[in-house]
Amino acid sequence: MSHATMMALLAISPLILVCLTVIVVMLSIAWQRNHTLSAILTAVGLNVALLALLFGWSLGTVDVTSVLVVDDLSRFGGVLVLMSTLACVTLAHHYLEGYEGPRDEFYLLLLSAAAGGMVLVSARHMTTLFFGIELLSMPLFGMLAYTFRDRGALESGIKYMVLSAAATAFLLFGMALLYAVTGTLDFAELGEALSAYGSDPWLLAGAGMLLVGLAFKLSIVPFHLWTPDVYQGGPGPATTFLATASKVAVFLVLLRLFQSTLAFHENWWHDLLGFIAVVTMLVGNLLALTQNDLKRLLGYSSIAHFGYLLVALVVNQGLAVETVGIYLVTYVLTTLGAFGVVTLVSSPYVATGGTADASPLHHYRGLFWRRPYLTAVMTVSMLSLAGIPFTAGFIGKFYIIAVGVEAHRWWLVGSVVLGSAIGLYYYLRVMVTLFLHEPGMQRRDATHDWAERAGGMVVLGVATLVILLGLYPTPMINWVNWVAG
Amino acid sequence: MTLVWLILIPFIGGLLCWQAERFGDQAPRWIALGTMLLELAMVLGLWVGSDFSLPAEGAANAWTLEWQADWIPRFGIQVHLAIDGLSLLMIALTGLLGAMAVICSWKEIVQRVGFFHLNLLWILGGVVGVFLAIDLFLFFLFWEMMLVPMYFLIALWGHSGSRGSSRIGAATKFFIYTQASGLLMLIAILGLVFAHHGATGEYTFAYADLLDTPLSETTAWWLMLGFFVAFAVKLPVVPLHGWLPDAHAQAPTAGSVDLAGILLKTAAYGMLRFALPLFPEASQAFAPVAMTLGLIGIFYGAILACGQQDLKRLIAYTSISHMGFVLIGIYAGTELALQGVVALMVAHAFSAAGLFILSGQLYERLHTRDMRQMGGLWGRIRGLPGFALVFVAASLGLPGTANFVGEFMVMFGSFGVAPWIVVIASAGLILAAVYSLFIMQRVYYGPPREETPLAGLDRRETVLLFGIVALVVFFGIYPQPLLDTSAGAMQIVQQSVQQAGAMMGGAQ
Repeated sequence: MSHATMMALLAISPLILVCLTVIVVMLSIAWQRNHTLSAILTAVGLNVALLALLFGWSLGTVDVTSVLVVDDLSRFGGVLVLMSTLACVTLAHHYLEGYEGPRDEFYLLLLSAAAGGMVLVSARHMTTLFFGIELLSMPLFGMLAYTFRDRGALESGIKYMVLSAAATAFLLFGMALLYAVTGTLDFAELGEALSAYGSDPWLLAGAGMLLVGLAFKLSIVPFHLWTPDVYQGGPGPATTFLATASKVAVFLVLLRLFQSTLAFHENWWHDLLGFIAVVTMLVGNLLALTQNDLKRLLGYSSIAHFGYLLVALVVNQGLAVETVGIYLVTYVLTTLGAFGVVTLVSSPYVATGGTADASPLHHYRGLFWRRPYLTAVMTVSMLSLAGIPFTAGFIGKFYIIAVGVEAHRWWLVGSVVLGSAIGLYYYLRVMVTLFLHEPGMQRRDATHDWAERAGGMVVLGVATLVILLGLYPTPMINWVNWVAG
Repeated sequence: MTLVWLILIPFIGGLLCWQAERFGDQAPRWIALGTMLLELAMVLGLWVGSDFSLPAEGAANAWTLEWQADWIPRFGIQVHLAIDGLSLLMIALTGLLGAMAVICSWKEIVQRVGFFHLNLLWILGGVVGVFLAIDLFLFFLFWEMMLVPMYFLIALWGHSGSRGSSRIGAATKFFIYTQASGLLMLIAILGLVFAHHGATGEYTFAYADLLDTPLSETTAWWLMLGFFVAFAVKLPVVPLHGWLPDAHAQAPTAGSVDLAGILLKTAAYGMLRFALPLFPEASQAFAPVAMTLGLIGIFYGAILACGQQDLKRLIAYTSISHMGFVLIGIYAGTELALQGVVALMVAHAFSAAGLFILSGQLYERLHTRDMRQMGGLWGRIRGLPGFALVFVAASLGLPGTANFVGEFMVMFGSFGVAPWIVVIASAGLILAAVYSLFIMQRVYYGPPREETPLAGLDRRETVLLFGIVALVVFFGIYPQPLLDTSAGAMQIVQQSVQQAGAMMGGAQ
């Protein structure tokens, strides 16, 4: 085997290990169904993949075939995807204990989706982009509708499937148009061709459709309509994965597209994107205001957060890449905390006719007086989502505002401030609900031993990390700075 | 390290209070009181042991004590703490009012005592951080951070207000007002930092470095406005005051004491420390507007105070009126006016705290803050009305109280700069007399509604009130210690204003 092949194999080994884990777990299920064993195998496989990723850190940029590239950015994305998947595994194990149907297949779906995410962050060609997105989304249909006897979950799965199919159609059509004009599907070559052909209408239509397809996945306004329903209906661990790993992977591929295709550097593109960013943050925040359902609220809040993130893409210079990195890290940690608590309170799964999870806000009333530490996690997550100092979320918001100020994009900065001010209202409402004590309300509770469960420990760890990175963000900044540099 | 401990002690004390709840309700109270007394003792020790005389010629700032450590090297952000006469006075005030807040909620707060004191002490820790931080990033962090425990204090232990306004609504309003305006300040800070980066090629958030950032006139103007709006919301300056009456009316007594006594002062401190020295020319140009706003505040606050039925709302509006004087003094920029501002801030902290504590004690006895339900209390409560008379007199600025010293110095110092504003503002003093007499008349005189006597002041309440009265009178008769301590810091502010004025005069 030649040296180059060895390097390539080494670089891509995390992806291979995740795929191997899928097979191992599948064989283990075929041999004997054991819920805990499946969860452990999954976790071990993900950890080994994570180790391989860290081990390959010093390899630099490695071209693995002409469609995949493993560089610092893709390793960064890989770490985020694998970490969130691991958190989902621990949460899922506790959650699915109460589920009467087959439980083990959930891990197969989760692992496949994680593999899709890994492909996506390494994509540098339209084929891998498409392959990654589909591999990421298809298992998600299954995961979202996993507890299919609940109407909510089934609705959520089907809704996501139908809209994903629409997005895929846009994506494919866009690619086809791009190929028809330029004759290539490679990101870098596309970039060159785009600058050569200038403003060919077919080309622009193709790029636009491509963006529409990706915007669906990121639930950017006006393609956000599916988000609240899917978030609300899906089982806790599946929603957690959708909100973290899936969004991170898609956003990173979008970032890579922006970096390599020069056509997006034209001014009117920026204005259009800036407009979309403003609309996204305002719409997300405004619609979240009146929600009485925590998962829906978090769904709308995620729309707003991707609006903030778009600011970095619009600016696309100076601190932009670093900002994306920092914001994604803080967003993933915070979201894991928030959804982790929702999932823990809903664990173990209880069969109902409607939506099984504890998602109405009044279920959380007075949680502090029963589960103080779990509430502390939720409070920290809410503060971090709102961008209050001494939480990681503030560092993210600091970067977003800094990148806007640096580029003198005052409208964007102003909308970020306005959006945050609106956002405070509903984050505070969630927070204070946790502390209010009113007996006699219908409520659900985490199990007594939640803190000793793997899921509980992960959630506590995530909250600690959110605080620590808020107090001392230097390690995170150095890491991301190195990746972006 | 003393400075770090000054910040850490309230935070650690708060955590201890929370955990001490399992040993009964008394434990958190004593721990909180001990923490605040320790804090106060440390500051007083610093005060006695240090020299706050005038800074050496040419020195930009005279810090008595300084402490710094690298924090986020990527942007040149440091944990940089420093203390001078102004911050020392403010921290001493924080310690003192903190202890008072603990004492006055001794019987008022009976639910979740530990968590209450956690929030109370964390507010105070955040405030101390604001007074000590001279790295702009750190300053902003503390500035925003102290809102969270204050939010909880109002939202969880507040009183549900009259006319359907809820305590959660009031708390949310307070939080959104201050947080959103804080973000404007963050934008201004970042604008300043990037301007400095553009000029020198390095990122820094250090106060001393940013002081001489070359700025174009328009940039300086906008950045100054960003700072001003954030401080103006907290002070509050009139069009931005919407949160204050609700927050005060709904907050528990300790919350009101902290809010009026210390949190409002962080805004004045911010103007003195940051807005004026960082943008002297722009501030100088803005001064007429700011002083007019102050004037509006004086009258608006006083007139609305006269029409209130809710005792705490009334006191809240008088705060707006008093802060109008502070704003005029700050933007007059003469040394006498600035010294007057310091005296007035300290005096208002005492008199407002005293009035809020009294209204808390009335509420404990009558279970209402509505003045229509009161009247004729002079004969029914032993001791309390007498104290009320003293604080009301202080609030209207009667000679012999510290408030008189402050208001007089502000007016005297501003007269040379803006005579007409001072003339009109003096008319506001008449309104102060009117609302002060309203309080006495409606609450304590007139026909009593019932004849049954109410519980008199117990020893805890008497000692607390006597302490405040003593301070008000002492600083009214002998304000020199205050003025000596803040002289150095105020002179630096005054010099930067003077230079800006000279430069603008030269340009014209």
